[in-house]
Amino acid sequence: MLLALSLIFAATLAAPLLGRLRPALAGWIGALLPLGLTGYFLGQLGLVSGGQTSVESYSWVAALGVNLSFYLDGLSLLFALLICGVGAVIMIYSGAYLGQDPRLGRFFAYLFAFMGAMLGLVLAGNLITLFGFWELTGITSFFLIGFDDRRESSRSAALQALLVTGLGGLAMLAGFLLLGHAAGSFELTALLTAGDGVRGHPLYLPILLLVLAGAFTKSAQFPFHFWLPAAMAAPTPVSAYLHSVTMVKAGVYLLFRLSPVLGGTAAWHGLLELAGGTTMLLGAWLAFLQTDLKRMLAYSTVSSLGTLVFLIGLDLPFAIEAALVYLLAHALYKGSLFLVAGALDHATGSRDVTVLGGLFRRMPLLGAAAVLAAISMAGAPPLLGFIAKEYFYQVVLTAPRAALLSSATALLTSLLIVATAAVVAWRPFFGRPAATLEEPHGVPLGLWLGPVLLAVSGLLFALVPGLVDLPLLVPAAGAALGAPVRFALHLWHGFSPVLLLSAVTLAGGGLLAWRHDPWRRLVKRRAGVGAWGPARGYELALAGMLALAGWQTRLLQNGRLRIYLLTVVGATTALVGFTLASRSGIRLAPGYTQILPHDLVVATLVLAAAWVALSSGSRLLAIVAMGVVGYGVALIFVQFGAPDLAMTQFIIETMTVVLFVLVFHRLPLFSLLRGRQRRPLDAMVALGAGAVMTLLTLVVLTERQGSRLTGFFAEQSLPAAHGRNLVNVILVDFRAMDTLGEITVLALAGAGVLALLRLGRAERRKK
Amino acid sequence: MRSIILETATRFLMPMVLLFSVFLLLRGHNLPGGGFVGGLMAASAFTLYTFAFSPREARRLLRLDPRTLIGFGLLLALAAGSIPLALGEPFLTGQWQTFTLPQWGSVKLGTPMLFDAGIYLLVMGAALTMVLTMAERE
Repeated sequence: MLLALSLIFAATLAAPLLGRLRPALAGWIGALLPLGLTGYFLGQLGLVSGGQTSVESYSWVAALGVNLSFYLDGLSLLFALLICGVGAVIMIYSGAYLGQDPRLGRFFAYLFAFMGAMLGLVLAGNLITLFGFWELTGITSFFLIGFDDRRESSRSAALQALLVTGLGGLAMLAGFLLLGHAAGSFELTALLTAGDGVRGHPLYLPILLLVLAGAFTKSAQFPFHFWLPAAMAAPTPVSAYLHSVTMVKAGVYLLFRLSPVLGGTAAWHGLLELAGGTTMLLGAWLAFLQTDLKRMLAYSTVSSLGTLVFLIGLDLPFAIEAALVYLLAHALYKGSLFLVAGALDHATGSRDVTVLGGLFRRMPLLGAAAVLAAISMAGAPPLLGFIAKEYFYQVVLTAPRAALLSSATALLTSLLIVATAAVVAWRPFFGRPAATLEEPHGVPLGLWLGPVLLAVSGLLFALVPGLVDLPLLVPAAGAALGAPVRFALHLWHGFSPVLLLSAVTLAGGGLLAWRHDPWRRLVKRRAGVGAWGPARGYELALAGMLALAGWQTRLLQNGRLRIYLLTVVGATTALVGFTLASRSGIRLAPGYTQILPHDLVVATLVLAAAWVALSSGSRLLAIVAMGVVGYGVALIFVQFGAPDLAMTQFIIETMTVVLFVLVFHRLPLFSLLRGRQRRPLDAMVALGAGAVMTLLTLVVLTERQGSRLTGFFAEQSLPAAHGRNLVNVILVDFRAMDTLGEITVLALAGAGVLALLRLGRAERRKK
Repeated sequence: MRSIILETATRFLMPMVLLFSVFLLLRGHNLPGGGFVGGLMAASAFTLYTFAFSPREARRLLRLDPRTLIGFGLLLALAAGSIPLALGEPFLTGQWQTFTLPQWGSVKLGTPMLFDAGIYLLVMGAALTMVLTMAERE
């Protein structure tokens, strides 16, 4: 599995080259890898449907129980197949969709990176590994949503998606850490059997809430649903892939995955039913009110995600089965419809159902795909969506709590979804076109093949359910339930209340669709939809955060060097002094009486130089005097046997004087910048800093007697690190990680100086 | 303002200072020295040159942009830390190998020395970036 991921990430690196060398074939070549991986995962079907799991683990941070481990069971396999299978279709489609775009290579690189992240997420066998890939999907989706980076709306949509899902992800990380603590392991294999312990743990509720925050933001549950329609700023293949088939299902995957661990409690059922139920109805309602094809599909996806969460939350074993069937059906029809919408946009330049019409004769294959997919979406026979819908109704009718409310919500949602499906498929292909509709140009093979393939799979799986139920869905349900189950799908269930409900839904939805425009206008007149809601809250929070950041920047970064110095020195003194006094208590070892004559000489030199620096009227003299102070300190190092320090100090002092002299002529005239009355404050801060540092040095001298560190380093330096120079061995071996951090900071500081000086210079030149 | 004395002295001093900086780097693991002070020493050699001649001359002598040194130094340090990863040990674990050279004796080489060399380059690059940008007047 690591190999599969490595291949995808290698493809990310190779993609720009592909875009440059063979742009016309990029989609077809790009599809080879996901296609191959689909084959690989299909090969695992036999193993997994036999109830076996496959585990791969590489030690990462062994001390913290964090491993790079992978876990393949029925559930991961279902998602992996969707990611790779649909991924291949998307690759072909993207090649045709972007056509001659010079950014083709970059797009494929992002797409491969996302695919790798998503696959890693569903294959992860360790919570921390999962979190890493989870965040990676968020970051790569940021680039994909903001692909059209010249448009302000794309950039803000990308940022919105990143912030909303990123914040949820952080909450989820906290939840994972608590969960790992409660269960005693981050490994999925251990977690899946630790469910009872976790549910009984006092931290159960915080864990649940934090993990759900991650899942709900990622899967666009109310009240976090608003980022998904905004993310439609992405190119359509991205919307089809990320925002209907894969990434938004990551939250759903997490719920499936953790339901044996966290599920089964009243809190779990209540929260999932509430969030899912609200989201599915709200999403369907908002979908019906749109006229832009992509936004209709986006809101209906929100509704479907709500349905999935709702089903997972229901306290019935076969609700999980229903959710899995629904998931598969939805991925196929929604992916197909998104791709149809993209092809229509590509051919006509419009996605508005009030403009599009009569296109079936011009693009019959695309139309056929749209009709098939829409039938599946509406839940009419003979497509997979019908089986899913029947399952769904059967589950809500037998729901253990609030069956009536659940059924009513489900019925309303389905009515609106049927209406949306009918509008989406009917109006562009068979409706009356608006006068403004431009003459469409042809739809190339790459653009219609994908939607047709996906829609036909929905038909095939419904007619021959044996292809998916036993090999794929049954093991997946077993994994999500934590116990083996057995079920089979049937297209025909016989006459039952469920069938009646389906018929009512189809008829009612059709009626709604027929009067789509008047209905929409009526609602639009009555209520300003979109003027309020969570999206507004997000905007306010963002504006508030920026205002706060601006205020504190103006306060702290006011551009006056002496205030910076005062703040830094004052804060350090206060904090160090406070810590010294409160933590260690001040104990000084007695007997600093061995003062030798040359100590006195050095001390006098340093003090005299400091006084010159303070009282001098010339800046040059002050700088040189400061250098003398530094040299004096270096002399002290020499005297006390720290040649390394002394050497470094000498050079640093020299370089500092050099730098001072270099910026000499850039500074304002040397003068007393602050009034005389402020000087006592400055003196107090300076004396305080000196006093605290002196005290710190003395305390360290005392405390060192009790430290085992020096002894350890001295003993281990030669045998463990092959070096006799303790200082250097600590720097490059024992504490090499710290050094790595420090030199990184140094590199950044160099870059910062460069940027500041060059930037200032360029601006001055402009003037 | 040009000073013949400084120019001549620099021509003699600079190679020595540079040599000394490398000497400091190499002996650092056993005796006072190391990449940090060595890098500063190398930077100070070029600073001397900058003062004696000009920033432009110093850049010409250096050939590489000091920014390249920063990046290369950081990469080298990271690479030195990653070598143990390939051998199945945690990041930055020191790896040592003893070589025996004829007529010379045995020489110990290890990844911490490579790490130190990275520090040397980075410190030299960062210090020179600051000195040269500040010394170049508009």
